Amino acid sequence: MSITNILLCGVGGQGTLLASNLIAECAMEAGFDVKKSEVHGMAQRGGSVVSHVRFGPAIHSPLIRTGEADLLLAFEQLEALRWSEFLKPGGLVLMNTQKILPMSVSAGNGVYPEDIAGKLAALPAQVTAVDALGAAEKLGNAKCLNVVLVGLLAKRLPAISREIWLDGLKKRIPARLLELNQKAFEAGWNLAA
Amino acid sequence: MKSGTRERAFLSGNAAIARGAWEAGVRFAAAYPGTPSTEILEYCGQYDEIDAQWAVNEKTAMETAIGAAYGGARTLCAQKHVGLNVAADPLFTVAYTGINGGLVLVTADDPGMHSSQNEQDNRHYARAAKLPLFEPSSSQEAHDMTVAAYALSEEFDTPVMLRTTTRISHSEGIVELGSRAEAPAREFVRDMAKYCVLPHNARRLHVKVEERMAKLSAWASSCPWNRIEAGDPSIGIIASGIAYVHAREVFPQASFLKLGFTNPFPADLVRRFAATVKTVIVIEENEPILEEQVRALGIACIGKDRIPICGELNPDILHASLNEFAKAPAPARIRMPDVAIPQRPPVLCPGCPHRGVFFTLRKLDCTVTGDIGCYSLGAFPPHNAMHTIVCMGASITNALGIEKAMKEKVHGKLVAVLGESTFMHSGITGLIDTVYNQGRHLTMVLDNSITAMTGHQPNPASGMTLKGKPTKALDLKKMCEATGVESVVDVDPFDLKALEEAVKAALAKPEPTVIITRRPCILLKGYKPERHIVSIDRAKCVKCGQCWKLGCPAIERDPIDGKTRINATLCVHCGLCARTCRPGAITQEKGA
Repeated sequence: MSITNILLCGVGGQGTLLASNLIAECAMEAGFDVKKSEVHGMAQRGGSVVSHVRFGPAIHSPLIRTGEADLLLAFEQLEALRWSEFLKPGGLVLMNTQKILPMSVSAGNGVYPEDIAGKLAALPAQVTAVDALGAAEKLGNAKCLNVVLVGLLAKRLPAISREIWLDGLKKRIPARLLELNQKAFEAGWNLAA
Repeated sequence: MKSGTRERAFLSGNAAIARGAWEAGVRFAAAYPGTPSTEILEYCGQYDEIDAQWAVNEKTAMETAIGAAYGGARTLCAQKHVGLNVAADPLFTVAYTGINGGLVLVTADDPGMHSSQNEQDNRHYARAAKLPLFEPSSSQEAHDMTVAAYALSEEFDTPVMLRTTTRISHSEGIVELGSRAEAPAREFVRDMAKYCVLPHNARRLHVKVEERMAKLSAWASSCPWNRIEAGDPSIGIIASGIAYVHAREVFPQASFLKLGFTNPFPADLVRRFAATVKTVIVIEENEPILEEQVRALGIACIGKDRIPICGELNPDILHASLNEFAKAPAPARIRMPDVAIPQRPPVLCPGCPHRGVFFTLRKLDCTVTGDIGCYSLGAFPPHNAMHTIVCMGASITNALGIEKAMKEKVHGKLVAVLGESTFMHSGITGLIDTVYNQGRHLTMVLDNSITAMTGHQPNPASGMTLKGKPTKALDLKKMCEATGVESVVDVDPFDLKALEEAVKAALAKPEPTVIITRRPCILLKGYKPERHIVSIDRAKCVKCGQCWKLGCPAIERDPIDGKTRINATLCVHCGLCARTCRPGAITQEKGA
């Protein structure tokens, strides 16, 4: 019974779907049974988005249970906090430090919580907070933020070899964007050693 | 990747259905887009051998699909659950006529209402229309059952329904693939006794339907899609669809009767299974359809007395509902930090052409009957400018009804709002009603050149087919004029002044009026609006709050000084905010 549960969360438009596809397909390539679930449609319009990725010897439900996520890959701070209840005690949070204000906050009707990294670290959880957006911008394209985060995650998933990840990038990314995304993956891999 | 000799792929339920249809030799597919079903047709369209098309609505999709099946092609028709309501008229009758080429009707239900207005369980349709029904519980089964459904359809001369739910359509899993087998050609042979449902024919056909269902009932108890998985005999779980895989997580030790083919009900198999277990538990999402049929056999069971009818199921809910039967205690939960987490509902995108419409309607304090599409978001704050939403096309007819009830109390302030795709889908009939029955509200057709909410499908006004071929583009203005509306006006929804004047002028007329707002969806592929750089001189901002009423994600209120600031990563420089800024703090200049 060694199933790995990864919950990805972020804001519609941040590229969580491509990231979750990449993770799932690399897990399949590594020989695991894999299921992935997310909701399309209305939520994608700037709303809170979440993807469940599960892999192991055999997977039944595509949904991660509350308290069973080994890893939370958060593309945005507030979303990390929102979805942290899925973490298993002692689980790992990989968080991009970017903040995107929800409408209620930007309109002055709500408060964006302060020191989210500190609040998460106070849970029984390990927190790695990185400026993945900054790393992506340094490469000249903020959109490769998702692959930076996949690189960050990949280093912490020894069950899937580096070769499989690099091969997965080649298969999924169009040729003209491949070099950029390979760099993004490396940047993520090396972001928090 | 190969496993043994079979090729494998990681597919969503929707992609798996399209792949299964292709393998089964399907040559024609039709649908109207609707979450969570939309991608089925998009994937069908990627196969050269499948002539896939977007229909103007689900009824025309179903009728065209029926025609294609009569014409001998293996055919697929897909719709979201409420879409089947639109197509219900032909659905009930094609069950009588049967088919020629195999016909599979996919209904994608949306428990939890992620993107829907109700939570109807379309397994009721299979029972009501007397159609065989498959319920896959994974992508692999979605694929395999689609292939099997075509053989069943032709063997029993009946359309076959396949019901997914959001978690089947939009979850992905590993699928072992097969190859395409062309279906044998079948000619359309004129046969009035079969295809013309005049009363004397229909009476005979109804008898055939009942005979067919009796045969299928026996088949249901012996087919490979319904199987007993023996385990601990003290707990016997009967489950279908996604509920089955959730139940396997929580009760791995139990005995299961896994049902993949649920209409007609496999009564014999259920009796056999129930006799081998102590407590029968029926686990299904939404309605107690299996449960009621189990009880009708005189078998006592646990079901909706414990498991919620409302909402989507998941392993946590099953565990909480049936705690004493679970194999292990529920996972330990961490204690969440004690802090309010602001919600993040979906919003109109920065640069959305609909934004100015709701800004204007709110400013003029109009009563707005709304419709189904991205513009449904006009009901959210800060717009609050949509006051009814019922179903596709209902905006215009709801407005007409409100006028009939309230008369002069609403004259001059009643507006129906819908997108161009929804207008063609079923709004046009309401407009004809409005003219015929002398309504006088304003109808606003928001033409953004695409069916946007479902992920950008072309429609009859876009001049492009599903397969990406150019075609005639419907002229919305001419169509509105042809109904008898005298005043049909085109406006750019970014020109707030012109828009407000047009709305005021239309509402002042004692007759039905139409305004068509024309501007493409900001996300439309290949659409590159002129970029006029927007900037803010924060010294000039007087915190009047006009720009906040736009509900633009790129406009933020600085928590420290309360003034407006523009989020540079989100702003697309549409300039709408500059047009609302009274002190001239936000400006827009022609830039690079």
